[in-house]
Amino acid sequence: MTRTNRTLTAALLGAAVLGAGAAHGAEDPQVRVWAAACATCHGTHGASAGGVPTIAGEPGDKLYKLLQEFKDGSRPATVMHQHAKGYTDEELQRLAAYFSRQRP
Amino acid sequence: MTAFNRRDFLKAAAAAGALSLTACATPGSGKPIARVVVIGGGYGGATAAKYLRLWAPEIEVVLVERNPAFVSCPLSNLVLGGSRTIEDLTTGYDALVKRYGVKLVRDTATAVDPDKRQVRLANGDPLAYDRLIVSPGIEFLYDDIPGLAGADAQARVLHAWKAGPQTVALRKQLEAIRDGGVYALHIPKAPYRCPPGPYERAAQVAFYFKQHKPRSKVLILDSNPDITSKKGLFLKAWNERYPGIVEYRPNSELIDVDARTLTAKLVSGDVKADVLNVVPPQRAGDIAKQAGLITANNRWAGIDWLTTESLAVKGIHVLGDATLSAPGMPKSGFMANNHAKIAADAVIALLTGRAVNPSPIIANTCYSFVSDTDVVHVASVHKYDAEKKTLVAVQGAGGLSSAANELEGKYAHAWAKNIWADALL
Repeated sequence: MTRTNRTLTAALLGAAVLGAGAAHGAEDPQVRVWAAACATCHGTHGASAGGVPTIAGEPGDKLYKLLQEFKDGSRPATVMHQHAKGYTDEELQRLAAYFSRQRP
Repeated sequence: MTAFNRRDFLKAAAAAGALSLTACATPGSGKPIARVVVIGGGYGGATAAKYLRLWAPEIEVVLVERNPAFVSCPLSNLVLGGSRTIEDLTTGYDALVKRYGVKLVRDTATAVDPDKRQVRLANGDPLAYDRLIVSPGIEFLYDDIPGLAGADAQARVLHAWKAGPQTVALRKQLEAIRDGGVYALHIPKAPYRCPPGPYERAAQVAFYFKQHKPRSKVLILDSNPDITSKKGLFLKAWNERYPGIVEYRPNSELIDVDARTLTAKLVSGDVKADVLNVVPPQRAGDIAKQAGLITANNRWAGIDWLTTESLAVKGIHVLGDATLSAPGMPKSGFMANNHAKIAADAVIALLTGRAVNPSPIIANTCYSFVSDTDVVHVASVHKYDAEKKTLVAVQGAGGLSSAANELEGKYAHAWAKNIWADALL
């Protein structure tokens, strides 16, 4: 099991607990509302309206690797390096897994 | 079912723990489990309305907005510079209604009765709510500037700090002045809406002058002791791109304005201009004041940043520029859009008996155009600190552009397209 898959499992388990009283138990509301901050530039659910990359539906491990590279500064960016530094590795993993499950 | 009954029903259902909301939550059909009224369809309110419906179609959402369409403040300085029109920045509310089932009420909210849980409207019947979201933006404190008390004076000395007719009118004033004329921009003491906005405006007016009226001047009269946002980047842009056009004067506190002679009366003396643009000091919008939501300096609405619920009145959430900003948080459209998502999630949690997210994380990026193409940004990430009980800017995250650049100009336009879609489409 990859790290991402473990995270995904953990996130889904979390969703099952957190979402028990919610209308849409399939999605962990915590990562959903965190991810909504990304939507301001990347589009609702990560599906871009244009000009900024769509992140919805991208493989979770690919997204997590990109976020790590932004965070450690190894990937050049205009602003993503500054955003990625604001999140823990676990938060980035959960966000990557979330966007991998969204429809582009 | 009245608002009161719906609440009791929910409370009882949550207590019994037997309520399967999924079962009665078919989108677009069935009885709504609750009604949320949202006052104000700007960056905060429109986003909250959309996300509530997106995440909880079983909740009825009524959006009260007095304007026929949304006009973006971000990018509105480009109308002054001449590279965009006000139409480019305008988006209708149709998609919120058609795609998301938001009920749009074109009216002005005049009062809130928190005991009856009702919003009173200027024209229509009162609206009952289970939870209320207030996203009213800012109101100007003209009381501090006696010379701008009347409508005539306010039409001559514009603020153009709410995008729309004032933006277009200021552009016309700039087009009408002679080459060699002076445009003076007065900036209020922080906090005000959009910290980098006035400095971007100075660059945009200078951009227009450089092409069409190169002997004209942009005089920045700042009440603050220094440039409040992106200082180095703006200084560099003014000095390198618009030498001899832009002049910056700190500590330019305003005592009054003579609208007839277009004179700014400053503590440091009088300044006469050909176009005088005064951005007045600001407070939360009128409905926040009327509803008793103001908790800080008679100006801003204090909220619990876990839920955006008012610290003064239960059951009412406040978003955007009207809030008492958390430390290091700018009053920006981006932040209002992010506040709205915390609010939508928390309102759903509170209405369905789910636990509120204990650790919100939101972010901000503000782009400023120093020409028609080149842009500088400031970014930050904000996380909830359980000890301090507020959102705090994450140390080591965020930052500025290294220099103005065209790539970020493209991203700035793409950002606008995406946030408008995220809020309204």
